[in-house]
Amino acid sequence: MSWVNAIIQGVLVGGLYALFACGLSLMFGVMKVVNLAHGDLAVVAGYVAIGVITVTHIPVLWSFLIVVPVMAVLGYVLQRTILQGALDRSVLATLMVTFGLSVVIENGLLQFFTANTRGIGTGLALVTGSFSIGQIQIGYLPVAIFVIAVVVLLGLQYFLSATRYGRLIRAVADDKEAAQLAGADYRHVFGIAAAVAFGTVALGGIAYGMYAQLAPTTGTDTILLFAFAAVVIGGLGSLWGTLLGGVVLGVAQQIGAQISISDETLAGFIVFLAVLALRPQGLISRGAQS
Amino acid sequence: MSLVTETTARPVEGFRVTRSRRNVVWTGAGALIVVVVLALFPYIVYSGTTAIMVQAFIVLTMASMWNLLAGYAGLVSVGQQAFVGLGAYFVLILAINGTSPFAALPVAAIGSGVAALPLWWLVSRLRSGYFAIATWVLAATVMLIIEKFSSIGGGTGMPLPGFAGFDPTLLTAYTYWAGLAVTVVALLAIYLLLRGRLGLVLTAIRDDEVAARSSGARVGLARMLVFVVAGVGCGAAGGLLAISQLQVQPGAVFSIQWTAEMAFVTIIGGLGTIEGPILGTIVYMVLQQTLSSYNAWYLIILGLVAIFMALFARRGLWGLVDARLNLRLFPVGYWLRLDK
Repeated sequence: MSWVNAIIQGVLVGGLYALFACGLSLMFGVMKVVNLAHGDLAVVAGYVAIGVITVTHIPVLWSFLIVVPVMAVLGYVLQRTILQGALDRSVLATLMVTFGLSVVIENGLLQFFTANTRGIGTGLALVTGSFSIGQIQIGYLPVAIFVIAVVVLLGLQYFLSATRYGRLIRAVADDKEAAQLAGADYRHVFGIAAAVAFGTVALGGIAYGMYAQLAPTTGTDTILLFAFAAVVIGGLGSLWGTLLGGVVLGVAQQIGAQISISDETLAGFIVFLAVLALRPQGLISRGAQS
Repeated sequence: MSLVTETTARPVEGFRVTRSRRNVVWTGAGALIVVVVLALFPYIVYSGTTAIMVQAFIVLTMASMWNLLAGYAGLVSVGQQAFVGLGAYFVLILAINGTSPFAALPVAAIGSGVAALPLWWLVSRLRSGYFAIATWVLAATVMLIIEKFSSIGGGTGMPLPGFAGFDPTLLTAYTYWAGLAVTVVALLAIYLLLRGRLGLVLTAIRDDEVAARSSGARVGLARMLVFVVAGVGCGAAGGLLAISQLQVQPGAVFSIQWTAEMAFVTIIGGLGTIEGPILGTIVYMVLQQTLSSYNAWYLIILGLVAIFMALFARRGLWGLVDARLNLRLFPVGYWLRLDK
């Protein structure tokens, strides 16, 4: 029974990983930017949420109404300034700049907020509560996060396929010069795409803060590396692949934890490396690697 | 004025191809003098100074390797701490089995290079940004695997044996000389590699990968060679780290901080020049010594300067020097001189 339990918990936590991964995938798909500061920005979002909740005393669950727009604006501004500046130079420059951002953010958080871990809404019934099916205990929170991840992915799909800005984003991703000739300001569209990606980052950061604990190093140790593993396992550039990749990663980790509690992370990475070795195009194939 | 008719060879007279615009014999002699003076340091300065110099040697060796990866082969690796850690652990394992840590150093370097081969096979399937994060995941995986072996300290690490009965002053001096030797060998190896065929192939790839491939350049092989050399260099730096700190802790030797330092030093000093990391290391050491009482601030400032450099001065500090003086201490390119 504990194995069934492990698989169910793994599938549910996969939703959280998909939430981290879809923003990373979106930014790479549209701007060809691999944002190495992705995870640290999620931690920043979590810290902002903690600050907002402490200062305004709004209900924990409504904090996203403030944090998501704040992060989206930050995403737009970062993209239009630093990231676009790096993109105009070279792909190499974008990596150096985002890696620099990652180190600066992580050490800045360490300096100002210490290495202590922080949780969000630790006392809430949603966070601590659970229901049971037979012998299996399922927390409300993992289910809620999984549902949110699916809703976010559905929303992204609708946004990209049916709205004006979504079509612009796809056009710019295909050929930014041609889109520019047709009258689309690709820099603005890049900014919008970054805003959307940062919005998902904000949700991921808050969700992680409720699911586990946030610390300055969580951004790279956990969020960035897990998001990336989910993207590669699922298949580069595939939106629903991130959910599949997240679920596979989550299940691998939970099964690893069943074998030995210290093997949780290692089991996930080994599955990632196996996919890289045997099926580098990911589980959902889209052919081209980038 | 036709582009087609003038294809017959032009007279060979009228220009000369040299390695550098200036005479490099003097810079070569200067480098030799610097190395000799540095070798005499343990006799003239306090051991506190040589300890700081060892730190500089470690950073310079790592940065030169990262420069080779990112600046010449276009491979942005953020997982070089995997090799730093492997080098440290190879020294530890050999020392546990009775080898002198100094004798273990070259073995550790080669061992790290050998380990780079299977790791390259895994990450070479990915390009640019995804390559970068994949190397990071690899480094985390290598650390998690090493932590499973309790005989070499498990998750907490252990002190480095093999120095019992060593005179502390002598140990500091030996460590310093080992650091100097690693750095000189690393810089010399990079210089010779880049002057040879590999340098030519890498330049061709940098300018136009497709054209280089179609002219017969074996792009994959050249990149693999660079990745292995960088593995050797970072492994040597890691072994040196273990010797200078007299202990090996998985969290410390596999820290992303090493890659952050090597990347920032290279970007600030000048990406794609051998001189860049040297200049960058000097800047780094000055910053680190001045801000050492402010915890992580030196890394924050270093990161901000590196971001600024990547955006506004792509060729770093050495690029600024080079633009004014046209100076190359390590000429690896060619200079076409037209006789008037």
